[in-house]
Amino acid sequence: MTEMVYGAVPVVRGGEPILPKWWRTVDRWAMSCVLMLFGVGLLLGLAASVPLAAKNGFEPFHYVQRQAFFGGLAIVAMMLTSMMSPVLVRRLAVLGFLAAFVALALLPFFGTDFGKGAVRWYSLGFASIQPSEFLKPGFMVVAAWMMAASMEINGPPGRTWSFALCIAIVLMLAMQPDFGQACLVLFGWGVIYFVAGAPMVLLVGMAGLVIIAGTVAYAHSEHFARRIDGFLSVEVDPTTQLGYATNAIREGGLFGVGVGEGQVKWSLPDAHTDFIIAVAAEEYGLVLVLCIIALYTVVVVRSLLRLVRERDPFIRLAGTGLACMFGVQAMINMGVAVRLLPAKGMTLPFVSYGGSSVIASGIAVGMLLAFTRSRPQGQLSDILGRNRAR
Amino acid sequence: MIRTPLRPLARILDARQKGENPDAIERENKRIRHEQMRDQSRLRAEGRLLVLGVFFFCAFAVIGARMGLLATTDPVEPRAHAPGAVISASRADIVDRNGNILATNFETHALYAQPRNMVDPEAAAEKLVAVFPDLKKERLIKDFTGKRKFLWIKKKISPEQMQAVHEIGDPGLLFAPRDMRLYPNGTMAAHVLGGASYGKEGVHAAEVIGVAGAEKYFDDYLRDPANGNKPLQLSLDLTVQAAAERVLYGGMKLMNAKGATSVLMDVKTGEVISVVSLPTFDPNNRPRPLTEGDASDTPLFNRSVQGVYELGSTFKIFAAVQAIDLGLVNARTVIDTKGPFKVGGFKIGEFRGKNYGPLSVSDIIVKSSNRGTGRMALQIGAKRQQAFLKSLGFFEATPFEIVEASGGKPLLPKRWTDLSTVTISYGHGLSSSPMHLAAGYAAIANGGFQVKPTLMKQTGPQLGPRVMSARAAADGRRMLRKVVSEGTASFGEVPGYFVGGKTGTADKPKRRGGYYKDKVIATFASMFPAHDPKYVLIVTLDEPVETSGDKPRRTAGWTAVPVAAEMIRRIAPLLGLRPAVEPDKEPVVTLISSN
Repeated sequence: MTEMVYGAVPVVRGGEPILPKWWRTVDRWAMSCVLMLFGVGLLLGLAASVPLAAKNGFEPFHYVQRQAFFGGLAIVAMMLTSMMSPVLVRRLAVLGFLAAFVALALLPFFGTDFGKGAVRWYSLGFASIQPSEFLKPGFMVVAAWMMAASMEINGPPGRTWSFALCIAIVLMLAMQPDFGQACLVLFGWGVIYFVAGAPMVLLVGMAGLVIIAGTVAYAHSEHFARRIDGFLSVEVDPTTQLGYATNAIREGGLFGVGVGEGQVKWSLPDAHTDFIIAVAAEEYGLVLVLCIIALYTVVVVRSLLRLVRERDPFIRLAGTGLACMFGVQAMINMGVAVRLLPAKGMTLPFVSYGGSSVIASGIAVGMLLAFTRSRPQGQLSDILGRNRAR
Repeated sequence: MIRTPLRPLARILDARQKGENPDAIERENKRIRHEQMRDQSRLRAEGRLLVLGVFFFCAFAVIGARMGLLATTDPVEPRAHAPGAVISASRADIVDRNGNILATNFETHALYAQPRNMVDPEAAAEKLVAVFPDLKKERLIKDFTGKRKFLWIKKKISPEQMQAVHEIGDPGLLFAPRDMRLYPNGTMAAHVLGGASYGKEGVHAAEVIGVAGAEKYFDDYLRDPANGNKPLQLSLDLTVQAAAERVLYGGMKLMNAKGATSVLMDVKTGEVISVVSLPTFDPNNRPRPLTEGDASDTPLFNRSVQGVYELGSTFKIFAAVQAIDLGLVNARTVIDTKGPFKVGGFKIGEFRGKNYGPLSVSDIIVKSSNRGTGRMALQIGAKRQQAFLKSLGFFEATPFEIVEASGGKPLLPKRWTDLSTVTISYGHGLSSSPMHLAAGYAAIANGGFQVKPTLMKQTGPQLGPRVMSARAAADGRRMLRKVVSEGTASFGEVPGYFVGGKTGTADKPKRRGGYYKDKVIATFASMFPAHDPKYVLIVTLDEPVETSGDKPRRTAGWTAVPVAAEMIRRIAPLLGLRPAVEPDKEPVVTLISSN
């Protein structure tokens, strides 16, 4: 009985310490893959950003240093985010989403276009911020939250709300115009809706509609037909960015032309962002490209597989949205370079140069890691619950 | 307010009766339902998440495979464009009837610049000016350092120039392959061929489009890749064309004419074997068309089809053969040509006020009597005259296959009065091109069938409907032969070739009405050999004047006829005609007085 004296038994206060728990539960494979991707990005930046620095009159590795600085911030943000609990992530993400949404709405009044014709940035002097980069992961969380809420009994009509929100964002992005990001947002929402249980009939109907619309457009619009024909044609005009990229991949071969020996970075204006994979292919060859692809695959597929076991609908949906968006962005970027997809400017997350982009990616992946942490999924109670339901 | 049903109702009612709080039961029920729903949606989501995972894996695998495929192929320098933007540069050759090349393509290059890729724009500009002295250095520097991303510098450059530009070594100076249209024979048949220039231009190819002549008329055919670059064969004979041009040029200079034209036509097929218009030009370097002044002043003007002239007495034979054809007269019928002969208040006179008196139809042609043909024409009447001339093609532009031919529409009188009938019978009041005249004479030469002048090589006779009886045509030919053997065209005699023909000297009309006294169009319309004509030759000189005598002579007999005779002398052997041995003339008997 003496053992039952107050204080004799250690009180379990909030479980184990944060860091060990984090290390035990976080998806260490995916995290190391992301860190490796960031490393690869720095390595490629050493090659790809030199022409840009030369053009803007900086020392050769100016942009590498910047990228390292922002990348460091991004990694810290990623770690911190991944240590949070899903609920905390959700709360912060919703707040962040609101801020980004307002920022996006105010872009036409306070934004700058940096002479590129599309108003997408806020200039902060030392750096620029693209609100849509931060909006994307935030929106994924908000959409997942709404969808999950709609699954509750007597829950709010979250699907409709999130869809309306999605359309509003897509319209705002399309007006900038930034069709790439708009498509990403739409795609992310679609994936969440798909996993949340979109009716099969609707999916098949949508697919049919897209095919019919495509056929009609191909048959009736010469412009559209030419774009598609140009995309499908075996040969490529060597003077376009695509032509340079294709040639760079061919030049690289299996093991590349050698570090710093590449030529494509000098001819492609977007070598450090949209076509960085071509730089990688030319200088380091197919080997590095396959490594990069494998890293992205591991991150995306592992996250999705871990989410399969997830019981909480919100975590499942939010994680799916974030993982898919991350994967699709990489997929489109590389698919364009090898001409599997029509040309569309899209950065390669973590690898492409870009301050706000890399921080946003860090936060997004941090959220993803927070959602895919292993946590008790009540396997035993599942069985019991099912038994009881019968 | 929507009332949510109490579930499970039985247990809740039971609890109420027992005085327990039913909320706990309801909550419990809700939790169970929620769990069930979650399990259900989780099962579904499991499948869909797996689908997504497999999708991403496959997509990345495909990208990796595609990368591998690309990386293992050899880098080639890609050339082709995307479809839809292809510029077709192929253009078929043009050859003459024997397959000699008249127009072909030659590979050359255009020079263009991409200033963004230039290493040293100013040095490049300086060196470019050294290669091409006609370029302006300041202008080039302005273009190279300005905002332009692309500019053409030269449309055609020679291989030497290309090498020189290569040696400048600036990566921003680039060459675009070009097909250049080349006319290896220079000015020869220039008016028939016309010329070509560039249409759509790209850095990989440029369209070559015809701008005049047969190049434009057959543009679609020549550019159609479906023809497989099969050359376009014309009816022209390069050798004959060369000889004709040479003789005509000499004749034009000798007769001090400002222009000249000749048409040589096969009488049965309508094939134009040679057609010359002088002055000429080089289709390789086509001059710019005039924007003001008289169109006929530019060498681009094609006198053979565009030049519509009053061709004068050459028309008389039409009145004669028609009158014979209609049975109104025969070759020996005598017609009084005494003056005065008034029609519609106008006196019809003869050349230099001569008065021939009664003449046979044959002699009317030989002596070229205006009043004689006028009287025959009145007998024929305006209606029948019009129908006859129309059947010979004098009412329409010739169907000759060059674009300019459609511009050579004959000028007809607005009201066809009796006076018109009479004047047209001797070649005034109706303007037509030498090509028209050739077609008209061909009908007489081939025995009375209409033919259409054509530029295409024919395989056999292309006789149209009969327009006069064979007898009338034969009579016409005999009269034409007599014009040469004993009439106004005596200089046209070419031994062995029995030339027959009719001269025509027409005063040139002034722009504002009336006629020049000292400017004529001299024409000789001929056929050879006259007893069985194979070819019709029309020679027309614009404002000729022959000054070897005391007075300047302008009549066709002194100007156009000798040129035509020389031409026949030169080209008849080329056409494969053998000179016939004329029957020996009767030995001249010299009477010697015996006492």
